[in-house]
Amino acid sequence: MALLEVRGLTKEFTRRQGLFQRPSIVRAVDGVTFAIDGGETFGLVGESGSGKTTTGRCILRLIEPSAGEVWFKGENVLTFARQRMRQARRDMQIVFQDPYSSLNPRMRVGDIVEEPLVIHRTGPRAGRRARVEELFRLVGLDPSQLARYPHQFSGGQRQRIGLARALALNPSFIIADEPVSALDVSVQAQVVNLLMELQERLKLTYLFIAHDLRLVRHICNRVAVMYLGRIVEMGETERLFESPAHPYTQALLSAIPVPDPAATRQRIVLDPASFDRDAALREIGTGHFAAV
Amino acid sequence: MPDPGRRAAQSAVGSGAREPLLAVRHLTTGFDHDGRFVPAVIDVGFDLRRGETLGLVGESGSGKSLTALSIMRLVEPPGRISGGSIRFDGRDLMSASEREMQQVRGSGIGLIFQEPMTALNPVFTIGSQIEETLRIHGRATRRSARQQAVDLLAAVSIPEPARRVRDYPHQLSGGLRQRALIAMALACEPSLVIADEPTTALDVTIQAQILDLLRELRQRMGLALLLITHDLGVVAEMADRVAVMYAGRIVEEAPVAELFADPKHPYTRGLMESIPGADSGRRLRAIQGTVPPPGQLPPGCAFEPRCPDRFEPCPAAQPADTRLPGGRRVKCYLHGPAAEPVEAAAARGER
Repeated sequence: MALLEVRGLTKEFTRRQGLFQRPSIVRAVDGVTFAIDGGETFGLVGESGSGKTTTGRCILRLIEPSAGEVWFKGENVLTFARQRMRQARRDMQIVFQDPYSSLNPRMRVGDIVEEPLVIHRTGPRAGRRARVEELFRLVGLDPSQLARYPHQFSGGQRQRIGLARALALNPSFIIADEPVSALDVSVQAQVVNLLMELQERLKLTYLFIAHDLRLVRHICNRVAVMYLGRIVEMGETERLFESPAHPYTQALLSAIPVPDPAATRQRIVLDPASFDRDAALREIGTGHFAAV
Repeated sequence: MPDPGRRAAQSAVGSGAREPLLAVRHLTTGFDHDGRFVPAVIDVGFDLRRGETLGLVGESGSGKSLTALSIMRLVEPPGRISGGSIRFDGRDLMSASEREMQQVRGSGIGLIFQEPMTALNPVFTIGSQIEETLRIHGRATRRSARQQAVDLLAAVSIPEPARRVRDYPHQLSGGLRQRALIAMALACEPSLVIADEPTTALDVTIQAQILDLLRELRQRMGLALLLITHDLGVVAEMADRVAVMYAGRIVEEAPVAELFADPKHPYTRGLMESIPGADSGRRLRAIQGTVPPPGQLPPGCAFEPRCPDRFEPCPAAQPADTRLPGGRRVKCYLHGPAAEPVEAAAARGER
């Protein structure tokens, strides 16, 4: 059974262009539907403005969706009242892109990681401290550095701190929103390896939001490609990368620079007139869907 | 690919002898901090020939952007160039006056930055900014400037250039802004363009378009390109030769095909292995640790603390350049003699 099931998720923003003009409605997320199995890494890819980040935030209700359903462990979290939603978020966490702005610069990193434990009243102080130390070791940090401030850590280490905070309440589901794109290549690899390791050890399920297609190909079991608020293609990672069916996916994959000077590549330029924006997703192969 | 015929013709017209268009030697740039000079670019040297593209690759803090600023003499206090020489098109840029440098910037060397929003002035239309560049360098009169600006926007494939010329930077998309910036960099027909992470802020499909554009302009105008990037994929697509920087030094330089086929420096190898590939599910071969900050470099090879292949000589002294066949060089004891004192390295020369 799916751990998370998103059905017809929609988020509309009203854009006011001028004082006397009628506000227009923008659908940042437009009827998005997908399901993630337990233990899976599901990739959500797309370019800026595709709605991938908004989709992630709507699932956790950090942004309130306009319509749709989000079923998590058999319950539609969009129907939850405030208190209930807070409880649900213990099990659904998010890791943000920017390790610089997502950590409070005036808090010691030990307190940052402990904060969710305090908010959710998980027990006496001594127990919490022991848990924080355990989390530090889990993400490959030295517990002797608990009293330091975020600026004393490198970008990669800060991302580990963000990860420790996300793992504090033992969630089963983590949304990783561009978790390594602010990091240098060599540090990226360390954090990616850590994410994969933690998944095995803690049986985590990931929704991995990213624009780096090489990275997505490396770590995701399945992928959904978003374009202008909609999923235009979805399927097993290898199958989708090997035989993309939607014109947008084809253009996107052909644009990835290949780190091989001998590679000859055929760049495919997207012609927006070449496909129907309103086409519905249909199954074109086993578990492979495309809006064509 | 740059047109070889054109390249040869140009260098014949140029400075006669086969002098490279840009020759950087022993460049050292750093910052004065607490009464101490902290170098961030250390003894950097390379050549760039007409029509050629050199990829300068490195992670943040490697000194690649500071190298570019040094060449343009745009390093501002507390930063300063502490030594070395920069020759461009037969001129010594290190001793050039600020007025001469203003001539060089723009009409000799064009500069494209990563973030077009900060490189363009938000309160002027893109047309007026291009026109100003043209007039300052005496390339246009007030009357002809507008038409030339429109032509330049057309040359970088901005749709409806006659209308767009009146737009302000915020009215353009990221990709169009980067095109406008490229148009400005090319306005005075420079022979060298320095592009510092020109596509890093862009989406991958837009990046592909901008790279195609740079390739096309390079060929049409016979441009030399110093392409600064952290993305080995971009380098593989664009560069003729690659110089890899780590902690302020060029640790390896090679023609692009040779570098990717057989990286010599353990850092270059580590970078290549860090790129996620088709091996889904496998662990990436990450480089352990982090880049040492300037001023806290280890006494020996700066990469030694992170290096999987380190051995006895590495922590003792900085390795000198070892020349390898095929126009390659590498700073690593695995491939060369023991350390040389700095003076000896200088005498042996970058030549």
